[in-house]
Amino acid sequence: MLGPARYWREVPQRYRYEAAKCAKCGKVFFPPRLVCNKCHSKEFTQTTLAQTGSIETFTVIRVAPTGFGDEAPYAVGIIKLDDGVRITAQITDCELDKLDIGQKVRLEFRRLGKEGESGILRYGYKFVPVA
Amino acid sequence: MRDVAVIGVGMNHWGELWEKSLRNLWTEAALEAVEHAGVDRVDAMTVGCMSSGLFVGQEHLGAMLADQLGMGPIPGTRVESACASGGLAFRQAYLAVASGVSDIVLATGVEKMTDVDGGAATYALSAAADQEYEGYHGITFPGLYAMMARAHMKAFGTTRRQLACVAAKNHDNGLLNPLAQYQMKVTPEGVMASVPVADPLGVLDCSPITDGAAAVVLVPVELAKKMGRPYIRVAASAQTTDTLALHDREELHSLAGTAKAAAMAYKEAGIGPKDLSFAEVHDCFTIAEIMVTEGLGLFEKGKGGPAAEAGVTALGGKIPINTSGGLKSKGHPVGATGIAQVREVFLQLTGQADKRQVKNPRWGLTQNMGGTGASTLIHIFERA
Repeated sequence: MLGPARYWREVPQRYRYEAAKCAKCGKVFFPPRLVCNKCHSKEFTQTTLAQTGSIETFTVIRVAPTGFGDEAPYAVGIIKLDDGVRITAQITDCELDKLDIGQKVRLEFRRLGKEGESGILRYGYKFVPVA
Repeated sequence: MRDVAVIGVGMNHWGELWEKSLRNLWTEAALEAVEHAGVDRVDAMTVGCMSSGLFVGQEHLGAMLADQLGMGPIPGTRVESACASGGLAFRQAYLAVASGVSDIVLATGVEKMTDVDGGAATYALSAAADQEYEGYHGITFPGLYAMMARAHMKAFGTTRRQLACVAAKNHDNGLLNPLAQYQMKVTPEGVMASVPVADPLGVLDCSPITDGAAAVVLVPVELAKKMGRPYIRVAASAQTTDTLALHDREELHSLAGTAKAAAMAYKEAGIGPKDLSFAEVHDCFTIAEIMVTEGLGLFEKGKGGPAAEAGVTALGGKIPINTSGGLKSKGHPVGATGIAQVREVFLQLTGQADKRQVKNPRWGLTQNMGGTGASTLIHIFERA
């Protein structure tokens, strides 16, 4: 079960796509880190993720984990955003058998599910193909 | 550092063992290893276990299992590195003996997975990935490996059938292992037609949910010689980490952690991949075995699939992989897997592997990994 505090801590990333850019070498981290793994700098500036990218790899989940059972089958992919950051997210509003590596996608804010019968509604980013 | 030997092994017949508790599962394997080694005491014990908390609601295994062993208040240490917990337990025991801190150390692994339903088991296992940035989005472990498979297929032309050949081969080997969970033959066609789990992987591409334990006894080589019992020498021990999240890796179709650990281990042992007689590797999914054999340098990147299809990795092939049946057929009680791999190498290198015996082997390797390869343990062993 996702407690409210654990959910709330990630809101800047899930609702606003906030990332951290290393002030020294420029590498972008999502979620933000405390130290850059490239140049070891501890100074970052806040930035926002690029909202378009392309599918680097993907799968269609047929057997879903607890909490996602009603959604299956659904697609999940690793998206390479136009700023170079890679993230894992669902790909939705698409025909599952037409998905392909290299396809262009756009980030959208969506509901991801709910925690049990009376738990919090979970929101975050998903991707949809762009023509 | 002292040279270290493995002198005794133990393991249950793995499976869905409703009648056995975690503590009894573990104690069976531990007592068998102690008896097999012919020792009358154990100085310390390590246990690899990924998630007894989520699977059976029990933590504090170091104390609980040392208590069950009945050999007094010895140091009992639980270690965790997801599915590589067993390999890590072995390494910690190895370091304890090699450093001279302890003389006789019992390295063990255990996982009791069938007390919870499939959804809860999938959830427990998914905790090895990045919960907030992978699991939150509904990805599963089969899903993560499926994404690696698709990237591998795209980069190298690896085929669905090549993946299936890995499962068929490991089931052929498991048929010869009386302790394997699924002693049944499967064909590549059967694997390809199996119920889809996460495209392109079907249920027969996946290792199963298993209850099981395994244990081995380590002592200094000098002591093993004095005891006059069959033993194998630990020639190298290597451990690496990689990014927790798959999406943070430079390449999605290779295992940098395995390649790095292999390079360290080969250097320590003073051998190269061509010297290996066989290897036990972490085939949690069919694609994993292909990527691991490439990471170990047994095949070039992209050649692991064709090699599996051509029978190069079969028993009797040029480099037999997973003679025990691997995780696929033998079963995958996650914390126990890394220790069971060492047991197989012991049996092979001491000529006790019966119907699945590799001919006159000298060097054996184990590769055990956690998550999507974020933790890797590699050990190399030499015949005494």
